[in-house]
Amino acid sequence: MFSLAFMQNAYLAGTFIAIICGTIGVFVIARNLSFLTHTLSEIGFAGAAFGIFMGWTALTGMLIFTVVSSVIVGQMSVKQSRREASISAISALFIGLGILFLSLSNQTSSYATSILFGSVIGIAHADVIRVAVLSGIVILVMLGLYRPLKFDSFDAIGAKVSGLWTTGISVIFLVLVAMSVSVAAQIVGSLLIFILLTLPAAAARYFVHTVSKMIGLSIGFALIGVWLGLYLSYVTNLPVSFFIASIECLFYLAALGFQRLRVGS
Amino acid sequence: MTEPLIAVQHLGISFPNNQVFKDLNFKIEQGDFLTVIGENGVGKTTLIRALLGLVKPSAGHIDYYPNRKAIKIGYVPQFRNLDQEYPLTVEDFVGLNIRGWLPWLTKAEHRQVQTAMAVTNVKKIKQRPLGMASGGEKQRAYLAQAIVQAPQLLILDESTASLDNEMKYELLDLVQNLNQTSNITVFFVTHDLPLAKQYAKHYLALRPGQQQFGEMAEMSVDQLKGVTNV
Repeated sequence: MFSLAFMQNAYLAGTFIAIICGTIGVFVIARNLSFLTHTLSEIGFAGAAFGIFMGWTALTGMLIFTVVSSVIVGQMSVKQSRREASISAISALFIGLGILFLSLSNQTSSYATSILFGSVIGIAHADVIRVAVLSGIVILVMLGLYRPLKFDSFDAIGAKVSGLWTTGISVIFLVLVAMSVSVAAQIVGSLLIFILLTLPAAAARYFVHTVSKMIGLSIGFALIGVWLGLYLSYVTNLPVSFFIASIECLFYLAALGFQRLRVGS
Repeated sequence: MTEPLIAVQHLGISFPNNQVFKDLNFKIEQGDFLTVIGENGVGKTTLIRALLGLVKPSAGHIDYYPNRKAIKIGYVPQFRNLDQEYPLTVEDFVGLNIRGWLPWLTKAEHRQVQTAMAVTNVKKIKQRPLGMASGGEKQRAYLAQAIVQAPQLLILDESTASLDNEMKYELLDLVQNLNQTSNITVFFVTHDLPLAKQYAKHYLALRPGQQQFGEMAEMSVDQLKGVTNV
């Protein structure tokens, strides 16, 4: 399996993506942004279609759409009560735009499918480099912001009253999420990005109880899902997204079961 | 005479269509235990926000000695939406308020966390997820987080409101101990008059358009009719 160049590339890119998604996911879950992440995947799809329509690369369109919209959603959703409704509105608008641009740009539907679901066969060496560089940037920014981001994510009220620049942290974090979704979705599909950004971290918080351990375990769950998923996809010739989604769901269900046993005992 | 830490002079705070304070005067001395009493809606939390610099006065001024930057303020807010599934341990939660840029805590910072947990009596439950702690334990963990940076001023906003009687006194005993042994100045907002009378050195009673400020020992309950329902 590893003698094939595309599988090597898939494993390398998948590893980097699992690491950044596992890390960012812990903060996505703590900040209750799962729904926004889901929306960003759809916005990424619309952005890619827009990029193609304009004659740019899909990545440029995705970056523009996801970064701009995540900041807008972030500003609109300050009030928890209207967060879900405003995200739904934005999401609906962008899926509509995605379909419009795709139809205007005369691309076949297979292109849309590959943006949504990804395609491991098409991963080139240059893609791996791109993901590696992005992962490096994201991890460096996260390390620099680690303490304030941790405070704001896990105790938003405490952070605000202690004078932390919470609005700035929030915007930087949303841009990081948007960048990760855009670049990684090129390779593994926006659906898979959503899974990896939410489920490993959501499962990890039931097993361990410090931020650093949650990040470690979340990366672990993401890596197992990606590695095992790629292997199963290779031997069965079925879509990798299906396997990764199923494995991560199993982790999450196991975590809920574990929590139930613990609280019940 | 004791040195002042903060002096509030002729303070006015207005929002559109709502004047919260007009000509409010009081001072917080170093080592003081000042309680602020008043019914809901008289502006107690607004006053805290003004002291923290989060709300701008529309009249008068707040003077800090020697200056605002030199005074570290620890604050235990009234509401915190941490549910039963809140994952962090008490220890990790307390450490959130340690500032700096290193991703990990240094040895000295780790000691700060241990000290804050020791004086607030949460060291025994430091590995417990905070979501699974009791109401009193949670309040003590919030207190530990507020004092982890060794503040000069500790602000408590209705911290005892959700606690049963025994836990209220347990928490306030800890606060009093901090006040006496570490010389932390305490600014305690409550509408629990018996609690205020037992622990505070000074009081500031707020009611719409009026204020009373003085020594707790000289406070007469009759004067406070309309300030609290106790």
